[in-house]
Amino acid sequence: MTGMGRELTRKTATELAAAIAAGDVSAVEVTQAHLDQIAATDDRVRAFLHVATNEALAQARAVDEKRARGESLGALAGVPVAVKDLFATAGVPTTCGSKILQGWVPPYESTVTARLRAADAVVLGKTNMDEFAMGSSTENSGYGPSHNPWDLAKVPGGSSGGSAAAVAAFEAPLSLGTDTGGSIRQPAAVCGIVGTKPTYGGSSRYGVVAFASSLDTPGPLGRNVLDTALLHQVISGHDPMDATSIDAPVPPVVEAARHGDVSGMTIGVVTELAGDGYQPGVMSRFAEAVEVLQGLGAKVVEVSCPHFKYGLPAYYLIAPSEVSSNLARFDGMRYGLRAGTGSAEEVMATTRAAGFGAEAKRRIMLGTYALSSGYYDAYYGKAQQVRTLIIRDFEAAFSQVDVLVSPATPTTAFDIGERADDPMAMYLADLCTIPSNLAGNAALSVPVGLAPENGLPVGLQVMAPPLADDRLYRVAAAVEAAFDSRRGHPLLAEAKGLGA
Amino acid sequence: MAVTYEEALTRYEPVFGLETHVELGTRTKMFCGCITTFGGEPNSQVCPVCLGLPGSLPVVNRTAIEYTIKIGLALNCTIASWCRFARKNYFYPDMPKNFQISQYDEPLCSEGYLDVAVSGEIVRVSIERVHLEEDTGKSLHVGGATGRIQGAEYSLVDYNRAGIPLVEIVTKPVPGTGSMAPDVARAYVTELRDVLRSLGVSDVRMEEGSMRCDVNTSLSVRGSGVWGTRTETKNVNSLRSVERAVRSEIPRQAEVLDAGGRVVQETRHFHEESGETTSGRSKEEAQDYRYFPEPDLVPVAPAADWVESIRASLPELPSARRSRLLAAWSLSELEFESLRNAGALDVVEATVAAGASSADARKWWMGELARRANEAGVEVSYLAITPAEVARVSALVSAGTLNDRLAREVLDGVLAGEGTPDEVVEKRGLAVVSDDSALLSAIDEAIAANPDVAEKVRSGKVQAAGVIVGAVMKATRGKADAARVRELVLERLA
Repeated sequence: MTGMGRELTRKTATELAAAIAAGDVSAVEVTQAHLDQIAATDDRVRAFLHVATNEALAQARAVDEKRARGESLGALAGVPVAVKDLFATAGVPTTCGSKILQGWVPPYESTVTARLRAADAVVLGKTNMDEFAMGSSTENSGYGPSHNPWDLAKVPGGSSGGSAAAVAAFEAPLSLGTDTGGSIRQPAAVCGIVGTKPTYGGSSRYGVVAFASSLDTPGPLGRNVLDTALLHQVISGHDPMDATSIDAPVPPVVEAARHGDVSGMTIGVVTELAGDGYQPGVMSRFAEAVEVLQGLGAKVVEVSCPHFKYGLPAYYLIAPSEVSSNLARFDGMRYGLRAGTGSAEEVMATTRAAGFGAEAKRRIMLGTYALSSGYYDAYYGKAQQVRTLIIRDFEAAFSQVDVLVSPATPTTAFDIGERADDPMAMYLADLCTIPSNLAGNAALSVPVGLAPENGLPVGLQVMAPPLADDRLYRVAAAVEAAFDSRRGHPLLAEAKGLGA
Repeated sequence: MAVTYEEALTRYEPVFGLETHVELGTRTKMFCGCITTFGGEPNSQVCPVCLGLPGSLPVVNRTAIEYTIKIGLALNCTIASWCRFARKNYFYPDMPKNFQISQYDEPLCSEGYLDVAVSGEIVRVSIERVHLEEDTGKSLHVGGATGRIQGAEYSLVDYNRAGIPLVEIVTKPVPGTGSMAPDVARAYVTELRDVLRSLGVSDVRMEEGSMRCDVNTSLSVRGSGVWGTRTETKNVNSLRSVERAVRSEIPRQAEVLDAGGRVVQETRHFHEESGETTSGRSKEEAQDYRYFPEPDLVPVAPAADWVESIRASLPELPSARRSRLLAAWSLSELEFESLRNAGALDVVEATVAAGASSADARKWWMGELARRANEAGVEVSYLAITPAEVARVSALVSAGTLNDRLAREVLDGVLAGEGTPDEVVEKRGLAVVSDDSALLSAIDEAIAANPDVAEKVRSGKVQAAGVIVGAVMKATRGKADAARVRELVLERLA
């Protein structure tokens, strides 16, 4: 890799967009630099399932030609973006990390990736993930795990682990993920980058292969707050193809990211998101971040959300219930894997037995049980009641504070294989992030340093009311600026996993 | 020894109920923009949404909601102010998502009724619910004897029908109709079809499957007050079959009960040829559809003023129309029924609107035109003649320009595509000879040819004039107005 190529991959998306628009560098050069970085590092990181080399270079050329013709360029013109492999991309394979969709090439484009293309961004390829987004480590991928660029023996989090690892490994300045129980925020936290779960309905689910429809939220990941806000802005807004999409203006997230100012804000620390099971280094970094916010003029109060403790069990009834129905269509009849012979029922059963991994099967069984006649009220019905209580906790909290904060994850990145055989331990990785999915509000994770005991990144979670996504960026930008100036460089400069 | 229908009724009281599925006539499907036209090339009217491709999402068709509310209002139902769609989960290859978006415990319309006339008596059928769902694709099972999936070599699926809005109209059990049960069942479906047709929400063609019935039947031992186990006869696809399905199930169940057996809760298949049902899937162990609210859709909350504006725009319903026409046309119930059964109400009414008397309009449509329609095996409304054209023929007869025989020839011409009635009269030279001078020469010739008869008439035997009138009609090849000829003959011989 040339020095110039390496330099390009270290730039922010904002810098790249400006340089391309000014003609200081071509979109093709930028794309090629990132393709080179992928070639140099991805055999170790394994962030990508599919690198769309030709399509990416063609898109980059189109951007350069557009610029040469003097046409106006989109907000992300020429900026490479890595896309989680559950966004339908026309003509580009989409597997959702599952063997059951191996070889499926969607005939249509998701709204979010269509908006990405409309903004002249370049899609580099599709990133690894836990199968159908079910997991917190990418170990549930049907194609093997991705590795954390901070320490290749560690998981990059999940389910959007490939998207987080690609950004942390400088293979892409930005990436797209989806967050159903923490699947953007948790990998962003353990990879030392920024990741946002927008307000549910703020970004379209059309063309996003469903995991749990009432929770799934597409969102951005980036190396810094402003880049993340830029991508957030580009992919958001009302979509008539998604009935749950909110018909309201996109909150001014970019504006907020440019002016990180928390003076006069009231910030609530959630009492329940701390204690047993939280790693000491995570708690010390979190406490330090809260002090920083106080130092910047925010008023910090403690807020109790008594029903958050039921979030995890409620989530593990609602999400599997929806999964059991959403994944029913993968039956070998129309697309993807087909296994076995005999009657339609036999082919369906054999295909599903062969195509789904253990976690997908576990959740399909859980959900089928939870929805079955005679158990519905006790499980699915009760979980929905808990959901309502959690929404009320948030409403009560947001009547007193502008945002809530907590650690993004109870621990830093764990070893690959460490929790693979212990689903409950794995599920705990999403303890802090799940309440916002159940309530549908906005939340983000921003890096706040390294845990002293192991030198791995810690994320601060910021939570805001629905459609107040801009508050997340105000707080995160302030935190990022304070820590960067204290440190003298971005946190990622300290990542050692790639020998950098 | 087989139990007859009549014997069965001496010991048992039949109870029936109907579930009717109706494909709505919206231009596009329930949850996507694909067109709904019948008979397209297989899998040509599909998209990611109705194919259930991974990542696709449904969006509700507002017109389908409006049509369903119309149906609910016409059936005197309560319209829900808030309700949700639900997923009905089961695996079948013609269902692209392996769940059907339907409604479960929150139907859009509930608690209504429909009054139906049977032999001049009104029976009120209570409606339990009217809900909206999506249709499935259509399977074609190739190879094997039955045309069912069991035993087939392979199956083809056409998803053109997948996602077409389907309304399910469910009655409450209808007890107390005794031996009339099959007739009431048929009359209900007939009335329902007419209501839906008048609303313009469906083409309600049972032969094309846009209206399909499941018939539930059970027997109660007379005087016991306890209802028996019901069977569900699936896909009964003509009005006649609805009646036959109930009529055949009553003695079949009676025979089982008489022998001390118990009726098995099951679905049964109706066979058009034999009029009999055979056992299908047992429903003793109810399939668990694991219904839950459809998370991809937001609740449907029709605003009260929207519902009221739909109510205000409802057309005249068949029962109201019946009362009106009975009075306006001075019809007996029987005459009205025969008009309705012939599917002639609309054309007769339009013919009257175009100026014909109701008696004349009925005469032509139920006589000459009904005969021709019958020969062609279609309803009169499908004949290639418009009510306005029939009214014009009727007017020409009243004016004396045509007599009945010539009028029939004009109808022939119009049906053969020769043009309007006036054009046919012109081209075929069919007008009655009304020019007196032309008639007078023919009359004079006839008088000259029949001097004896002429003398009788002159002497006052007026009825003898018929011979001369007949000769004139023969000479003018029937184009003369016989009444006018008679007048002129009598003047001549006065």
